[in-house]
Amino acid sequence: MYFGIWAALLIFTFVTYKAAFIELGRFNAAVALGIATLKATLVALFFMHVWHAGEKLTKVVVISALFFLLLLLGLTMTDYATRLWS
Amino acid sequence: MPDSTAVLPQEEQRPELLHHFSDAEQQRDASSLGMWLFLATEVMFFGGLFCAYLVYRRWYFADFGAASKSIDATLGATNTAVLICSSLTVVLAVWAAQTARRTLLLLMLAITMLLGCAFLGIKAVEYKDKFEEHHVPGASFSFEHVPIPGHPDQYANPRHAQIFFSLYFVMTGLHALHMIIGLGIFSWLLSMAWKGRFTPEYHTPVEIGGLYWHFVDIVWIYLFPLLYLIDRHP
Repeated sequence: MYFGIWAALLIFTFVTYKAAFIELGRFNAAVALGIATLKATLVALFFMHVWHAGEKLTKVVVISALFFLLLLLGLTMTDYATRLWS
Repeated sequence: MPDSTAVLPQEEQRPELLHHFSDAEQQRDASSLGMWLFLATEVMFFGGLFCAYLVYRRWYFADFGAASKSIDATLGATNTAVLICSSLTVVLAVWAAQTARRTLLLLMLAITMLLGCAFLGIKAVEYKDKFEEHHVPGASFSFEHVPIPGHPDQYANPRHAQIFFSLYFVMTGLHALHMIIGLGIFSWLLSMAWKGRFTPEYHTPVEIGGLYWHFVDIVWIYLFPLLYLIDRHP
């Protein structure tokens, strides 16, 4: 299974590299970030064993780390992304 | 005060079990949770930089694109592949420790360190190019007149490109520092494994050292598209 995840990660790296050279308009960033998130999820779930973690607290820590990161980025962007509306 | 030299029979068999844990499983769970909490603080540590990046990238997208194109994306992609391979050798090392395969464990730890050094070597080549091109922020910074259609100044603004390179050097530099610390941790794991300290019952250091290495890999998985692949298409 580890080799399967490894192969998938390498394929996604190749895809994200190639996709960056194709004109997709605003979707370039979405594709790049989407693939990065997919790869990060694979690493966390299977290489870092979050999927099979016996300890539920591990999952709580992972989810709260993500929550606070999104809070940081999200609340910052509610300011910076809306400044030019007036 | 109780006589601390009195040793329980159980502890005699398991010298790695510290006295304040009731059993090895509880000790392992505590160590692992501690590592995850540390990684959560690391998420916020890098998160601040990602946040700064996001704000400036939105403001100066065209300039960031021009600056990003001056970095060698092939080197970046190669480094991503190197780190992914090292993550594979790390999970194989953890599996080898769990199943008492000492030779495989030593081999996987050594290969992980080699891949880590390869990553830093490629990074050094990239930094060297940036120094030669005067793309390092500071007094000698200069940025080419890259024409940008539709840009208010017609050309990429060197001051905005400098902000990109500041973020590039801080983010990749901090990541490289984590890699160097990781190499330190892994050389310690290698010496412990060489002495035969790890058993299927006790290999927590390999596991949590591995968690750290995977985390550093995840940071790079985001750094690669965000720094190397902005606006690449013609």
